[in-house]
Amino acid sequence: MKKLMKHRELLLVGIIAIMVAGFATRAPGFATPGNLANIFNDTSILIILALGQMTVILTKSIDLSVAANLAFTGMAVAMMDAAYPGMPLALLVILAIGIGAALGAINGMLVWWLRIPPIVVTLGTLTIYRGMAFVLSGGAWVNSHQMTPGFLNFPRLAVLGMPLLSWMAIAIVLMMWVVLTRTQFGRATYASGGNPTAAVYAGIDIGRTRFFAFTLSGALAGLAGYLWVSRYAVAYVDVAAGFELDTVAACVIGGISIAGGIGTVAGAVLGALFLGVIKNALPVIGISSFAQMAISGIVIVAAVVFNARAERKAGRIILRDRGAKEVSA
Amino acid sequence: MEMAPIQDSRSADRTTILEMRGISQIFPGVKALDGVNISLHPGEVTALIGENGAGKSTLVKILTGIYVPSEGEILIDGQPVSFSSAQDAVDAGVTAIHQETVLFDELSVAENIFLGHAPRTRFGLIDWKVMNARAAELLHALESEIDPTIRLKDLSIAQRHLVAIARALSVEARIVIMDEPTAALSRKEIDDLFRIVEGLKKQGKAILFISHKFDEVYEIAENFAVFRDGRAVGHGRLSETPQDTIVRMMVGRDVSNIFPKVEVAIGKTVLSVENYCHPTEYRDISFDLKRGEILGVYGLVGAGRSEICQSLFGVTRPSSGQLVLEGETISIRSPRDAIAAGIVYVPEERGRHGLALPMPIFQNMSLPSLARTSRSGFLKAANELALARKYAERLDLRAAALSVPVGTLSGGNQQKVVIGKWLATLPKVIILDEPTKGIDIGSKAAVHGFISELAAEGLSIIMVSSELPEILGVSDRVLVMREGLSAGIFDRSQLSAETLVRAATGNA
Amino acid sequence: MSDTRDMSAETRTRSAIPDRLGTPVSRLLGSWEVLLFGVAIAIFIANSFASPYFLNAWNLSDATFNFTEKAMIAFAMAMLIIVGEIDLSVAAIIALASTAMGAAAQMGIGAPGLVAVGISVGLVCGAINGTLVSVLKLPSIVVTIGTMSLFRGISYITLGDQAYGKYPADFAYFGQGYVFWVFSFEFVLFIVLAIIFGIVLHATNFGRQVFVIGNNEFAARFSGIPVERIKFKLFLLTGLMSGIAAVCLTSRLGSTRPSIAQGWELEIVTMVVLGGVSILGGAGTIAGVVIAAFVMGLVTFGLGLLNVPGIVMSIFVGLLLIITIALPIVVRRIRFMSTK
Repeated sequence: MKKLMKHRELLLVGIIAIMVAGFATRAPGFATPGNLANIFNDTSILIILALGQMTVILTKSIDLSVAANLAFTGMAVAMMDAAYPGMPLALLVILAIGIGAALGAINGMLVWWLRIPPIVVTLGTLTIYRGMAFVLSGGAWVNSHQMTPGFLNFPRLAVLGMPLLSWMAIAIVLMMWVVLTRTQFGRATYASGGNPTAAVYAGIDIGRTRFFAFTLSGALAGLAGYLWVSRYAVAYVDVAAGFELDTVAACVIGGISIAGGIGTVAGAVLGALFLGVIKNALPVIGISSFAQMAISGIVIVAAVVFNARAERKAGRIILRDRGAKEVSA
Repeated sequence: MEMAPIQDSRSADRTTILEMRGISQIFPGVKALDGVNISLHPGEVTALIGENGAGKSTLVKILTGIYVPSEGEILIDGQPVSFSSAQDAVDAGVTAIHQETVLFDELSVAENIFLGHAPRTRFGLIDWKVMNARAAELLHALESEIDPTIRLKDLSIAQRHLVAIARALSVEARIVIMDEPTAALSRKEIDDLFRIVEGLKKQGKAILFISHKFDEVYEIAENFAVFRDGRAVGHGRLSETPQDTIVRMMVGRDVSNIFPKVEVAIGKTVLSVENYCHPTEYRDISFDLKRGEILGVYGLVGAGRSEICQSLFGVTRPSSGQLVLEGETISIRSPRDAIAAGIVYVPEERGRHGLALPMPIFQNMSLPSLARTSRSGFLKAANELALARKYAERLDLRAAALSVPVGTLSGGNQQKVVIGKWLATLPKVIILDEPTKGIDIGSKAAVHGFISELAAEGLSIIMVSSELPEILGVSDRVLVMREGLSAGIFDRSQLSAETLVRAATGNA
Repeated sequence: MSDTRDMSAETRTRSAIPDRLGTPVSRLLGSWEVLLFGVAIAIFIANSFASPYFLNAWNLSDATFNFTEKAMIAFAMAMLIIVGEIDLSVAAIIALASTAMGAAAQMGIGAPGLVAVGISVGLVCGAINGTLVSVLKLPSIVVTIGTMSLFRGISYITLGDQAYGKYPADFAYFGQGYVFWVFSFEFVLFIVLAIIFGIVLHATNFGRQVFVIGNNEFAARFSGIPVERIKFKLFLLTGLMSGIAAVCLTSRLGSTRPSIAQGWELEIVTMVVLGGVSILGGAGTIAGVVIAAFVMGLVTFGLGLLNVPGIVMSIFVGLLLIITIALPIVVRRIRFMSTK
């Protein structure tokens, strides 16, 4: 089974490679390192959000409010930057993470203390957070000329040939890998989604674990909020509308089980890259970008079918168990 | 039953590691534990004995920090302690091997052992290298060479059990609780386990051993405590207490009349199962069932008993084999087909498979009979209530009203609702899977009496049970299963505990 | 498991089990529906004080368009949630059905044909969801996120940033016509559907089976209920209602863009949950959903009269959702603590 899990990520790598190669036959420039780096950069924000979403999904929950959180936080920092051009960028980034974490913590508390199902909570906060973005801005846009150059250029800054946005995504990937495989919290997320009863017996507070997962997802959404408005150089209420579903899609494609407890950081990243490659390939091979939505839809359904086959439990096998017992004895 | 020799160190000044005083646990409407006292001593095993529902599991949950007791105090080394989470209990030196497998399929063996207390690097991160090495050490000490890096879901049941034991021993514990640790183990595995327990005793650990198998209790334990209906009704040294005394404490009265078997004239064959096979669960199972007959199905947990019954009921499909009902070969593809043919199944897990707990009694009872109680697809509440009342009276159901949720009833009364719901379909064959599991002793007798009555009325009954006395007391014939295969069918005249156990375990 | 009622009942003699406890009135009071009805009345009164334009038959009639189309889908969604599934693709089905009707209208097909096209597309989409969930046994929440993307995506491929206009004149009746006086076709349809759904869910074997599956799918299967077939039917029904809603909405707007009914899936789920349907399945009433539809319509309309923009209203809807679910939990907990 472990082999199959390994296979799954390799399989995704293979599919992505075949896709890239296929697109390259139609558009020779597609597989160049420069273009691939561009695709990665373009997918960075989705990767960051998908990792947050994955943490939440691992605990048997779902966070539908990530895109709304991103919109609100992005709007908040963009307005602050416009109003107080003297504010240091580091402070704004910290604020973005802090605001995002606070909004995530609200989700987490409603799930933890009141035990409201996560889908209901985040369905509610999704509309609330986006509505708050409107209240904050009065519906006005913050355009590039209102933002400071430092605010705008930071993600574009090239370091070792790659923009900082890409480097941040890489840093977050590493951080999340450490968090999920090397910390108690990480193991607690797998445990509380994989077998909640057993988690309680192991001294794990499931509610608290979920709370932290939501807070983490919120913090990453906040960071993504800043990255989004500075990269696209505009902040408005409908920023990233519907993007929460892309994050769920990336997770599902990456093999993260919607029932909790199963999934890897590599899977989520590959799932996001899969979507990123398709999105970038469509215009190159002459398909209208309007087709992207339908293609993601088909991919999500296909991934769910595939996951369901992989996750199907073998069940207890009585006749073969004899053999297994002898081996163990 | 033979008594194992024990070196009696009987003296009043034995040291006590753990003492529970006046512990009560009150749930809404139920007192699960009522002023219980119990103490554990270093280097000794104390057996906690009681029927299902006597409060043993509740006590374990209190000791492991899952429940906070409503009243009473816990003392460790004479100092009062309180556990508000499982971690608190571990910190105080209490560890447990739980009855259910409380492990994680998707995590590795080492992670399962160390979840919650994994070794860390100096940066505070989990140290996988050390964790895997220590897991291998622990498993090695248990004479097992399971690879600590493989996922739990790839292990057999017995191997998982070893992982659970390794997990319990991975913390520095002085008090080890074993909650029915032998339930799923073979005799050889039980012997291995007992060697481990002897080792723990030598290390001076205090062990609370929960079991309802007397032979095991006498083999491994020094002390006993008996629980009945949430109260501690007796305790003492096993070396000076005969089994009868303990059984009387446990049951609260004489056991002789638990199984009022009614002699029934057995009719002609109703159901023939011929060479039923399943790719993974069982092979070559054949038997006949006659009118008015009670066929017991005995075997260890995991022998394939429930699986064959679920195939007869259409939940799973056999890969080959034939089913003949009243002379006609039929094929059953779903429970719907089975019910239509007159075969019904009372599942082992009533709450999970048998009842919609939040729904009213009468709606649960009428469920498979809706076609009869309704008119052209529209519900007729009056008919449903009439049907429910008929079977409630017949089964002597105790409830405040027919409209209360089934979930508010006691286990015995819930079982009556499940049986009533099936009787209302006027079946020919009724399959009962562990019919008295989780039912208090008083209701058990009523269920047994009722099963006999049904047979007398001409129903054919298949009864799966792990309880030997029940099988011996109620069955006309017994099919014994072992590891998915038939280990023989025995007539009432041949029935004895030894024969059945030998057939079920394969020990000659 | 057993509670005080059961324990006290142990002393009863046999045959003394009454059918029900309490009177019908006492059972009704304290129900979620009555509480929600109180909220609806309060909002109604507040609105009539807040705006002089509120208490006008025609204004109120206009207000019903805020919720009738969503409520039609909410009825089917309620059954789907009670059975333990969910369909997030409903708004996308509207978009696809509307696009198909728009394309058909360009080809000169008349109003009856357009209705047939809209409803058929709804049924096909519902059948696709139903097949994925009940035949392939996939989790509906992700499957319908996928089909949501797929259905609306097809709409985008067809229309891009264009729009379909030019619907035949008699097609306008479904969204703009009145049956009599202030009662619009949509409102009358809403009432008729509410009655039909109420009967199907609460007074038929089918409805009972829906509740049983939602409470315990295993027990349902073990009782011979065709679980998969019922789930398939409910997805089909949800598709059908989305198709009907698409007819009404397209007729009302007179045009189709691929972004039509964007975000409705969440509002519809909100309406269902606000109506007291348990998101975990197994409990709920159509009456509750009807009242919730009115509550949401009244809130939206009242805030509209006060010139509050739509997106701010959505804050109220979101708060309403969370507070209505949280409130009983908080009250129960306070009550529990005070008794302890």
